[in-house]
Amino acid sequence: MVLFVLGLNVRRREKLPLKGPAIFIANHNSHLDTMVLMTLLPKQLLPIAHPVAAADYFLRNPLLAWFALKIIGIIPMKRNRERKQENPLQPCIDALNNDQILIFFPEGSRGEPENLSNFKGGIARIAEQLPNVPVIPILLHGLGKSLPKGEALLVPFFCDVFIGEPIIWTGNRKSYMEKIHTEMEALSKEGGFSAWE
Amino acid sequence: MTFNIEPTVLWFLASIYGILCFASLLTAFLKWRNPDKQYGELIQRVKSWWVMIIIFSLAMVSSPVISLVFFGLISFLALKEFFSIIPTRRADRRVLFWAYLSIPFQYYWVSQEWYGMFIIFIPVYLFLFLPLRMVIIGETKDFLRSAGTLHWGVMTLVFSISHVAYLLVLPGKEGFSAGGVGLVLFLVFLTQFNDVSQYVWGKMLGKHKIIPKVSPNKTVEGFLGGVFTSTVLALLLSQYLTPLSLLEGAVAGLMISVAGFIGDVTISALKRDIGVKDSGSMLPGHGGILDRIDSLTYTAPLFFHYVYYLYY
Repeated sequence: MVLFVLGLNVRRREKLPLKGPAIFIANHNSHLDTMVLMTLLPKQLLPIAHPVAAADYFLRNPLLAWFALKIIGIIPMKRNRERKQENPLQPCIDALNNDQILIFFPEGSRGEPENLSNFKGGIARIAEQLPNVPVIPILLHGLGKSLPKGEALLVPFFCDVFIGEPIIWTGNRKSYMEKIHTEMEALSKEGGFSAWE
Repeated sequence: MTFNIEPTVLWFLASIYGILCFASLLTAFLKWRNPDKQYGELIQRVKSWWVMIIIFSLAMVSSPVISLVFFGLISFLALKEFFSIIPTRRADRRVLFWAYLSIPFQYYWVSQEWYGMFIIFIPVYLFLFLPLRMVIIGETKDFLRSAGTLHWGVMTLVFSISHVAYLLVLPGKEGFSAGGVGLVLFLVFLTQFNDVSQYVWGKMLGKHKIIPKVSPNKTVEGFLGGVFTSTVLALLLSQYLTPLSLLEGAVAGLMISVAGFIGDVTISALKRDIGVKDSGSMLPGHGGILDRIDSLTYTAPLFFHYVYYLYY
């Protein structure tokens, strides 16, 4: 359904790992992002693929929580810590130790449509603890036009999905984040997209 | 609106599959003769032709409703490609939605054989409505660019293409049994074959560039070769698939060939303006849908009105 209405132009699908553990990191502009990333995976991998999503948003009412947890299979992440010693990333680490695939949006929120905003450092913390888990950068384009934040009407556009090389742990968080940033910028440049105004 | 499959139509479809088999054998032979040359794109192209022709012929022989839905889908995919490659304004999301919505309406008029509505709905009503919708949203920056580009897209990819569908609902005539399906096959086959033959003639004899600024690979020799081939083919085929006389058939071939060329270079100019090589990646070896139906955006309305004027 998603594929017919939107239509995807996927580059380098073969770079996606076919087993867990793995982390997909992508820019985030639309609720469709998660759906699109799930469609890239072969069917048998769907049960082990989990989007990491904001607990305050997706668990705000029981119906949505049921849908998010049972149907989509999200790993809820607390954006506001209640106790200091609590590690909000622990559920992600646990899942990766269980050979699961995580879908991670390091921008933290959908933000302005079709704009790359800064990635938050959580991904570097995970990579530091589990340096052998492949982290695959994925650039999504067009979904923010189809269904941006705050809109309910879906307007069809062909969407681009560019998959990059796995990003290897660099030894420290700062240089790792810079490496991720450079790679996402390179993927974005590859499309030569014009700004959406 | 009913049609059943005439023997001439079946024979014609069978010969198209014959040509496809020949093309497949030819590429296999070329690859065997020159193993070190790269034929990847050619092979992909032929493969895509197989897929397109199988889907197209199934859509044509299944049922009238499915045939119309098929052309509606082509319009939808092409319009989506167009809206995805052109720079659209953020404020126009809802306007684009209405532009998409014109597709089911337009093809519904066709299914009802409501000619008057079919012919004015997009050029008049939608033309007046889309700017109105933009004004209500209120973004004035680039208003004219947006109104112009959106309507251009709907005109070429919905209005023009829906003429193929209207051919489909035209009834048969005395001494002409193939009916609307025959007319569609005649138009679509000649348009596509003309593309191929202009390409082949150009590869064989091409020397003088015909329109280097827009499409540097097109040559005068390719163009004239295509015109000649299409005219002769049209003269023969028109006797089986259309009500046209010999002379009228030849003129139809000439028209399709020249108009097809213009449609092709028009879309080339659009792509050059935007700076993309292909309009999409749906058809491996060809590009996008828009790359495949570019010629049809010109040939469909012209051929339709030619036949409509002479016989309906």
